[in-house]
Amino acid sequence: MFALLGKNPVEAIRTIFWDPIFGEFAFYFRGQLLVKAAPLILIAIGLSLGFRAGVWNIGAEGQYIMGAIFGAAVGLAVFPTENRLIYPVMVVAGAFGGWAWAMIPAILKTVFRTNEILVSLLLVYVAQTVLAKAATGFLRNPEGAGFPGSRNFSSYPAAANPELIAGTGMHWGVVAAFVAVIAAFILLQRHILGFQIKLSGQAPRAARFAGVNPNRLVILCLGISGALAGLAGLFEVTGPSGQISIDFNVGYGFTAIIVAFLGRLNPVGILFAGLLMALTYIGGEMASTTLGLPSAAIQAFQGMLLFFLLACDLLTNFRIRLAQRERA
Amino acid sequence: MMLGGIDPTLLVASLMVASVPIMLAALGELVVEKAGVLNLGVEGMMIMGAICGFVTAVETGSPTLGFLGGAVGATALSLVFGVLTQVLLTNQVATGLALTLFGLGLSSLIGQGYVGIKPPSTPDVPFGPLADIPELGIMFFSHDWMVYASILLVAGVAALLRYSRAGLVLRAVGESHEAAHALGYKVMRIRMLAIMFGGALAGLGGAYVSLVRVPQWTDGITSGAGWIALAIVVFASWKPWRVLLGAYLFGGITVLQLNLQAAGSAIPVEYLSMAPYLITILVLVIMSSGKGRASLNAPAALGQTFHASR
Repeated sequence: MFALLGKNPVEAIRTIFWDPIFGEFAFYFRGQLLVKAAPLILIAIGLSLGFRAGVWNIGAEGQYIMGAIFGAAVGLAVFPTENRLIYPVMVVAGAFGGWAWAMIPAILKTVFRTNEILVSLLLVYVAQTVLAKAATGFLRNPEGAGFPGSRNFSSYPAAANPELIAGTGMHWGVVAAFVAVIAAFILLQRHILGFQIKLSGQAPRAARFAGVNPNRLVILCLGISGALAGLAGLFEVTGPSGQISIDFNVGYGFTAIIVAFLGRLNPVGILFAGLLMALTYIGGEMASTTLGLPSAAIQAFQGMLLFFLLACDLLTNFRIRLAQRERA
Repeated sequence: MMLGGIDPTLLVASLMVASVPIMLAALGELVVEKAGVLNLGVEGMMIMGAICGFVTAVETGSPTLGFLGGAVGATALSLVFGVLTQVLLTNQVATGLALTLFGLGLSSLIGQGYVGIKPPSTPDVPFGPLADIPELGIMFFSHDWMVYASILLVAGVAALLRYSRAGLVLRAVGESHEAAHALGYKVMRIRMLAIMFGGALAGLGGAYVSLVRVPQWTDGITSGAGWIALAIVVFASWKPWRVLLGAYLFGGITVLQLNLQAAGSAIPVEYLSMAPYLITILVLVIMSSGKGRASLNAPAALGQTFHASR
């Protein structure tokens, strides 16, 4: 694909995958890697629980936006006050925002059996218009001379999400991402709920006979993934992005779908997949500045990655099934 | 005649235009789903059709070739989906999502050099005296040929599914692929053809967005039309004529909110522009609950992977 664009493919691959980690500016990019990977991992962990259970939440982008708006609104409401409690409250509000947004498809699914794929996705577009309203209307910086966008959180210490260790890119979102990975791992491996999730994904009928309440699972899965996406949104808006602007969201919610599948819906896999995907983002930026490679190429490249992965993944499943049939 | 700052004649006229893309895409998806395949990549195929059609039309100067190009581009993308789901037996939901993500990326990659260019305009069909009828002429007889072609396509698909042998086979494959396979029909080949047909129609719809509706190229130009098309298939409970109805309904809402914005209504712009999506959700809820549950009408083998084991 890179060759088609008239660039040396080897060089392009090297710029994307090698230079950010080992190149001359690596000290900067390594930090950026964590910054980009954290929201992806957070969202993808939530999504993977749902995907495992056959609950298709593809509106993480909307939940991410709503989390950011809710959390930011709480922070901005108390603006110049300085208090240690503000940030934790904002985090909770962010998670609540994402959770509430995800509850819409969850409740519609359980009460009216409405398809959660379509509802959660259509809500992304609704969330985007809410975001536009927030940036130009009720959350606009009153001192911003009429420009869209909220106050910048980096100049508001009580609500900011700074780097914990300077130069590493570590912020609370990264911490939360690691916690989420561990929690999801334990949940799936050691907890009855994790077993129920896996069971109802693989054999819905058997799950119902085993006493699993499908509605409860839908609400739980969508709730968890919504809350995590909301968290990611809040960490992003208070940290790397700094303010609510019309387009602060950059499609993390959609890329996270790829991350979830790339990590084979496994928490540890998602951790690495998130890092890899973040690498393609950063490498893509680098490639676009140094090689003049269009940034959209990276998006297409990510999509292709997912195609290949799906093909390979299901081929392995296929082979396993054949072997079993021979035994029988 | 004006109602609250809106001219109903022009409203109906623009409604006919606005509903073409979703109608075409929904019709294509209907055929795909009738064959038992759930392709969630409509949005991706539409946007590929939009950019391929746009590029072709700009380069050749012919909108007709542009529509053709759009259909070809989207069909190529749908072939990827077909090969993955039918030959490599991947999960249809995941593959469809991947198709959308890939289509969005690839389209903005192709479209880089084409931002801000105006495509050649598509001429209206000359209806002669019919177009001069007051009110009705503007409403129904002042459009380009794609508007009429899309309606004819709905009629064609409806007749094909209902009265022809091919339509019966297609429905059989969608209802029970095991039975169809046992009768000797090539399930995989039929589904492939259906997927390609769906891709071509989604591409036409996408090309219509970038060539007539907007008409220019911006990233993410279809802005959820593909997803609305998917919702319309559910709304139509898999019946072609209801696709027409649904598309006009949603086209009408979109046009109405745009007109209300232009007319300076008291409702803020943001709430108006989220209206089509909210109403789609509302309709989905209504259709999925209640007595005549739409899902009862769904093809029985929808979304199931078929592998000829015997």
